[in-house]
Amino acid sequence: MTAPQSSSEIAYNGSMKILVIEDDREAADYMQKAFAEAGHTAHVAGDGETGFALADAGDYDVMVVDRMMPRRDGLSVIAGLRSRGNTTPVLILSALGEVDDRVTGLRAGGDDYLTKPYAFSELLARVEVLNRRASARESETVYRVGDLELDRLSHSVKRAAREITLQPREFRLLEYLMRHAGQVVTRTMLLENVWDYHFDPQTNVIDVHVSRLRGKIEKGFDKPILHTVRGAGYMLKSG
Amino acid sequence: MALSLPAIMRTTAARLSALYFLLFALCAVLLVFYMTSLSARMLTGQTQQTINDEVLGLARAYQSGGLPRLVRVVEQRSRQPGANLYLIADVNGQILTGNVQSLAPGVLETDGWTTEPFSYRRFGEGELERQRNSTADQSETQPGQSEVQPEGEKGHNAIALVLRLPNQMIMLVGRDLGEPERFRAVIRRALMLALGMMGLGGLLIWFFVGRAALKRIDSVSEASRRIMGGDLTGRLPVTGAGDEFDRLSENLNTMLARIATLNEGLKQVSDNIAHDLKTPLTRLRNRAEATLSGKHKPADYRQALEGTITESDQLIKTFNAILMISRLEAGYSSESTSRVDLTAAVRDVVELYEPVAEEAGVALETAVDGDFSVNGNRELIGQALSNIVDNAIKYSTDATEKPSVRVALQRVGHDIRLSVADNGHGIPDDADRARATERFVRLEKSRSQPGSGLGLSLAKAIMTFHNGRLELLPANPGLSVIMSFPAREDH
Repeated sequence: MTAPQSSSEIAYNGSMKILVIEDDREAADYMQKAFAEAGHTAHVAGDGETGFALADAGDYDVMVVDRMMPRRDGLSVIAGLRSRGNTTPVLILSALGEVDDRVTGLRAGGDDYLTKPYAFSELLARVEVLNRRASARESETVYRVGDLELDRLSHSVKRAAREITLQPREFRLLEYLMRHAGQVVTRTMLLENVWDYHFDPQTNVIDVHVSRLRGKIEKGFDKPILHTVRGAGYMLKSG
Repeated sequence: MALSLPAIMRTTAARLSALYFLLFALCAVLLVFYMTSLSARMLTGQTQQTINDEVLGLARAYQSGGLPRLVRVVEQRSRQPGANLYLIADVNGQILTGNVQSLAPGVLETDGWTTEPFSYRRFGEGELERQRNSTADQSETQPGQSEVQPEGEKGHNAIALVLRLPNQMIMLVGRDLGEPERFRAVIRRALMLALGMMGLGGLLIWFFVGRAALKRIDSVSEASRRIMGGDLTGRLPVTGAGDEFDRLSENLNTMLARIATLNEGLKQVSDNIAHDLKTPLTRLRNRAEATLSGKHKPADYRQALEGTITESDQLIKTFNAILMISRLEAGYSSESTSRVDLTAAVRDVVELYEPVAEEAGVALETAVDGDFSVNGNRELIGQALSNIVDNAIKYSTDATEKPSVRVALQRVGHDIRLSVADNGHGIPDDADRARATERFVRLEKSRSQPGSGLGLSLAKAIMTFHNGRLELLPANPGLSVIMSFPAREDH
């Protein structure tokens, strides 16, 4: 697991209140500490029943739920919360990473799925993106980050009023990065959301796509806008 | 194999033989019973007819000459040999004339046909009997129906017509039943013989047919005991007769082969874990240990930790690949399959790798001949194809001409064929090519390249999961990896 990036590297939109439902004490403590270092508050529940009670009573921004737990398994906790009208975004943590398991997890009401073992940077990036979903930019038709502008309807991209021509996949890549501007986006998140693949390619194909996109949106402009976050991923940020 | 009687009776063959024997015996008894009763009734009818004729003759004698003539005719006929019985008695039942010496009591009391055969003693027989056995007195005076039957020597059975003459005297005309009884005895003997032969037949059938089946089953049990003992290479005997036993054995053998494959896979996984995961784990541990011992600058610690993370990430990848291969080989749930647009899948993967290829100076070309779809899992197909394309790009860079990778999708016969061909050095050796899809096999040339040695094995497992094949063929120059999917029925 990667140690969390220092908070200066990761820009987060305020502090989040996170509920971690995980029976592995050590893993839970580590998560709590790491979330705190990233500027968030995390509460830990050691089993499904306690987790359900906490989630039902508290007002959390995001929940991280382990799938296999004593007393009550993670999927049942999520399904129970959803049936009570709780819409808090949930990230499922599981040792089961097969295609079927992912589908079952998402069907039970999970919003994202991460297979153990995972890098904490990956977990943090996903949790922050999930939180942002609560105030999603889904409805906006034009995304703006600094002088970069993306029109989702006309599929046009401009930077400093200069038209930039992108391939369809590059457009989707930029769209995803802009929707989560100011947040770390990992390579796997890009592969999942832009290409809809959940496997690890042998070569880091995503890096090449990103650098190509970077060439198009940064070449000829004096300020970099697409930043690489070491050991984590990428972030689109002005200035 | 020596079997005790209870053990024999526990076999299906013996039980079936016994059951059939009982059923046939029951049928035979019923049939014989029905036939004897039918023929007995016919014989009785004949006997009654004869008696009626006799009575008619006597009635004529009575009409023409009265009682004296009747008595005379009776006496005359009594002296003639034959099965006919005649008797005239007074009102009290005292025998006056005829060829009957004694009768079962009560026969003369009711007129008309006797309802049951009765026992009697013919005139002249009693004396002989008395000389032979002095104790016969009792049975003579009171010969009960039940006593007479088994003592066939002493008395005879007969049926008779009892008439009352106008002067209240009693006349009996009857006929001995010796003939029908002999007939019944013959039938009974025939029945016993038939039952005996059936029993013998049953035993023979059991011995030759049942024992043969039993032996086959025994050999199957023997073989399965051996296999259960741990010898998974053992197979059940197949005689080649093509009968039910052979079919059963063949099916069980197929099942055993599948189990052996799975078992082999499991063993391979544990071997792989032992070898290919322990090695990097040891490296990881050693690196940590080396970093801890001695004084280092903070930057060195950082570098060591980063190296540790990179190495563990690689380990996780390897571990995931091993797990995935074994899950695929053990059979995935069919729930995860659906119609997959193969043309789109190819386009997606090629598009994913296009920048990488360009950066490596490799021309990535596609030749897709129409729209194809297969039953499968898009994710898995994408992973297999991306592994293959990844390899092709890596190994085409040493091409003598301009490096190129060509991805082609076309229909060949009943297969949808997806081929990835590079123009690198390929794998010239046939044996190496065959080995390339095995787990953790990294051919000499590829040792310098990053990778776990699982890419092609995973692709192969994915193709097997799709009921397809993965073949490696020389492309002269280079290597052509062919993924063949069975075409969808409705396509």
